[in-house]
Amino acid sequence: MSKKKPAVYPYIPNSVSTVKNQMLKEVRAKSVEDFFEGIPEKLRLKKNMNLPTPLLSEYSLRRHIEGILSKNKTCQEYLNFLGAGCWQHYVPAVCDEVNQRGEFLTAYAGEPYDDHGRFQALFEYASMMGELLDMDVVNVPTYDWLQAAATSIRMASRITGKREVLVSRTISSDKLSKIRDYCKPNMRIRLLNYDSETGQLDLNSLKVEISSKTAAVYFENPSYLGFIEAHGDEISKIAHDHGAISIVGVDPISLGILAPPIEYGADIVCGDIQPLGMHMQFGGGQAGFIATRDEEKYVMEYPSRLFGIASTSVEGEYGFGDVAYRRTSFALREEGKEFVGTAAALWGITAGVYLALMGPQGMREIGESIMQRSNYAMLQLSKVEGVRCPVFQSTHFKEFVVNFDGTGKTVAEINKALLRRKIFGGKDLKNEFPELGNSALYCVTEVHTKDDISRLVNALKAVVK
Amino acid sequence: MDYGIKKLSTGKRPKLRRFHQAKWDESIIFELSNEGERGILIPEVEDEVKNEVRDVLSTIPEGVRRKQPPRLPELSQQRVLRHYVRLSQETLGTDLNIDVGQGTCTMKYSPKINEQLARILQMAEIHPLQDEETVQGILEVMYKFEQILKEISGMDQFSLQPGAGSAAIYANASIIRAYHEAQGEADQRDEIITTVFSHPSNAACAKTAGFKVITLYPDQAGYPDLEALKASISERTAGLMITNPEDTGIFNPKIEEFVNIAHEAGGLCSYDQANANGIIGITRAKEAGFDLCHFNLHKAFSAPHGCGGPAVGAIGVTKELAKFLPVPVIEFDGSRYLLNYDRPESIGKVRAFYGVAPVVLKAYAWVMSLGAEGLKEVAEIAVLNNNYLLEKMLEIPGVSVPYAKGKRRIDQVRYSWEKLTKDTGVHSEEIGLRAADFGVHYWTSHHPWIVHEPCTLEPTESYSKAELDEYIEILRHVSNEAYKNPEVVKTAPHNSTIHKIHHAPLDNPSQWAITWRAYCKKTRRARVNDNVNLNVKKGDFG
Repeated sequence: MSKKKPAVYPYIPNSVSTVKNQMLKEVRAKSVEDFFEGIPEKLRLKKNMNLPTPLLSEYSLRRHIEGILSKNKTCQEYLNFLGAGCWQHYVPAVCDEVNQRGEFLTAYAGEPYDDHGRFQALFEYASMMGELLDMDVVNVPTYDWLQAAATSIRMASRITGKREVLVSRTISSDKLSKIRDYCKPNMRIRLLNYDSETGQLDLNSLKVEISSKTAAVYFENPSYLGFIEAHGDEISKIAHDHGAISIVGVDPISLGILAPPIEYGADIVCGDIQPLGMHMQFGGGQAGFIATRDEEKYVMEYPSRLFGIASTSVEGEYGFGDVAYRRTSFALREEGKEFVGTAAALWGITAGVYLALMGPQGMREIGESIMQRSNYAMLQLSKVEGVRCPVFQSTHFKEFVVNFDGTGKTVAEINKALLRRKIFGGKDLKNEFPELGNSALYCVTEVHTKDDISRLVNALKAVVK
Repeated sequence: MDYGIKKLSTGKRPKLRRFHQAKWDESIIFELSNEGERGILIPEVEDEVKNEVRDVLSTIPEGVRRKQPPRLPELSQQRVLRHYVRLSQETLGTDLNIDVGQGTCTMKYSPKINEQLARILQMAEIHPLQDEETVQGILEVMYKFEQILKEISGMDQFSLQPGAGSAAIYANASIIRAYHEAQGEADQRDEIITTVFSHPSNAACAKTAGFKVITLYPDQAGYPDLEALKASISERTAGLMITNPEDTGIFNPKIEEFVNIAHEAGGLCSYDQANANGIIGITRAKEAGFDLCHFNLHKAFSAPHGCGGPAVGAIGVTKELAKFLPVPVIEFDGSRYLLNYDRPESIGKVRAFYGVAPVVLKAYAWVMSLGAEGLKEVAEIAVLNNNYLLEKMLEIPGVSVPYAKGKRRIDQVRYSWEKLTKDTGVHSEEIGLRAADFGVHYWTSHHPWIVHEPCTLEPTESYSKAELDEYIEILRHVSNEAYKNPEVVKTAPHNSTIHKIHHAPLDNPSQWAITWRAYCKKTRRARVNDNVNLNVKKGDFG
């Protein structure tokens, strides 16, 4: 039987018995039991926990974990066309190099003096996002786009004093679920229809639903279903005409070629930075951003930390600190704005590294190359018999809906067959958008070569035969 | 004036370090920009692709097409790397310092092997929507880790979805709301009771979830006030959301009574286990009668803090509440792991997909490296270290420990420098800035400061006796300075990357600057890229 306890634990220096005994003596304790005297006997755990036998050596631990993880199939072995909130983009080596630096990886909540670098890196992240978004205020990242959208909506409610939000029905069901839960205490959510031909938000639906009670209109660009929303300016104008705030969710990797939403009237912009240098990690790379203009009434409604640049007692030296800290729940508990805590800061630093590497030219090129590849994929897929692609007659960025009604096969059947050919087909939309029939959401990015796309097309041809 | 250590301590006391933090005087990244430089190139699009799709940019509707390139900096790759490595050196991670000064944060060692494992392809390059058959490995890790947490807490089912402690508290507040809705009592039960020494998010998340918040203050002895609880409880009570041990390191000995009182009134009890490091294997949520709990995997379970995330707040509930957990839940049918979305009473999504899987992996690896006995050793040594630190701290002039006089503490202690402040005029925050001169963190306390001039230390199991002695020696030295030469402390830091920050502009809307562009506008400073074409051909944009 394998050993359950070593003489000394490498991670626990004072597990050395002589040291432990010396320390006990110095604090006049007979045993560690003395320290637990405040815990009622009745609440003490009387048994040993029933946990797996430990793998005491680092080597055996590595073998164990690698053994389990080897059951996963990666998007390097398989050709992946899944997106839908987590996207496969290339992660530059420098992004990984920086976010594995022990100094960043293991820092937390130090002062701007001990952690100057952390503050500067997050300030620069916000600053580079600000350039991409053409906005002056960007938060320290929150958990993900779901949270960023939900918080943006509640911010809008506080700013306007109104309690109704209109949400485009083409958002993901996961995001809608989050928004519903988060806004449940004090807001009503109404969904806006979309045009079945183009996917575009139905402006008539907006005009019917909007009223003086509307706090905000939320839509996305590119939409969850991949098409570019062309009427952002009209949507924002209708919102503004009714005293409502225009909130736009955006994929930041599109912003080298797509206009920053402020240009078509957005007041609050949110989204996910996972595309900017984070590996997919089974959905672990998500981090949400929120951006606004630099107006006090907006700034004071952020729940997140906002890092600002400041002068110091030495001429020319930059320092950093929390802007308007007294809005936060750290300062005011339940009287603060929503809540703040640990979220996804390391991904913010990483996204900053990504944007610094890419620069304006890189962001433009990656945007254009993604569009070229996805449009090429759409063209090729549309030639497959029984396949309709794209379903929506609009311009698409990196994702698009493919309909398989004409093939007589379900998306699940097609995806199983693709899987046998080492391809991950698009996300099945049957639960989220039953009205789209047998449709799947495909994602093509800069990582997909012409040959990759041909492989998908050929596999589909064989599958739908 | 030399603020370093002239007189080094002698004898058995540890030597104070002649520390100076890295100071690169690194410019803001925009100031480093050089027109035309590139950090990375994009994969070339094949001619056949280009020719077939032609000018895709012209298909973008006019109003949505970018006209001006973003004013991002232009830098070569190594310059970007050097910039960030320098910033990293100006950041005091746990890998560098004796990180016992950030109480409530459990700044323990995050083993490197776990980090390496979380970065292998089979973890990094998997998509969350892949066919379940192709992600059996990570589902197994997540499922098994849930079983581990069930044993550690005694709760019946877990979700690993919330993105950190506050998100977990919010999710638990949502579950409490869903439970009362199912009972038909949601309108009536609109109050959550917490304590002032529970993390601020217990109050803030409850409020965000729609509840009124009642905060209990400590009684004379320093324990959560049972009489105040009795006075607050009513048919309006939705639940109790409470930390134990509290942020003072004091275990509430009447916790079972608290839970019973809330239950008798029809409320649920949610246990914030952010402070679990000293009680794993010692006492559990189940035995105290809790209905819900949460653990921070980036705290007691060793995953690194990452400057503030990514993280996981794992929530556990009794079987009566399991139906309300976020979707999907991970199940095992005896041969394979699967994701179950068929949960009609679920509160829905709390975070995208299933939570931060690599953080779960690190926590799982950590538990697997220790086992049940190792986890108990963690708790025992963490508590030994804390009480050792307590003993030594009380020898320092000006330090006291309010509440529960003469009693041992669990994982941390909230100290007070009130006497030192009265004696010398030096405040707790200033002590922290001076401590930074010796290469360590120091933290005061969450607000409000019920304990005057607070300081919260949590040594965890990760630091040796010699390291604890060094930390104590630093604070002893600063205390001596406060009494003998307070100016040295009041003007600190002296060995930091930077000097005293001017804070007032950060609270002034006309001066605060949250981005470089805002700073340039408000200081009428020319931006580096002003009037520069950014090397992007005009015709490329609009």
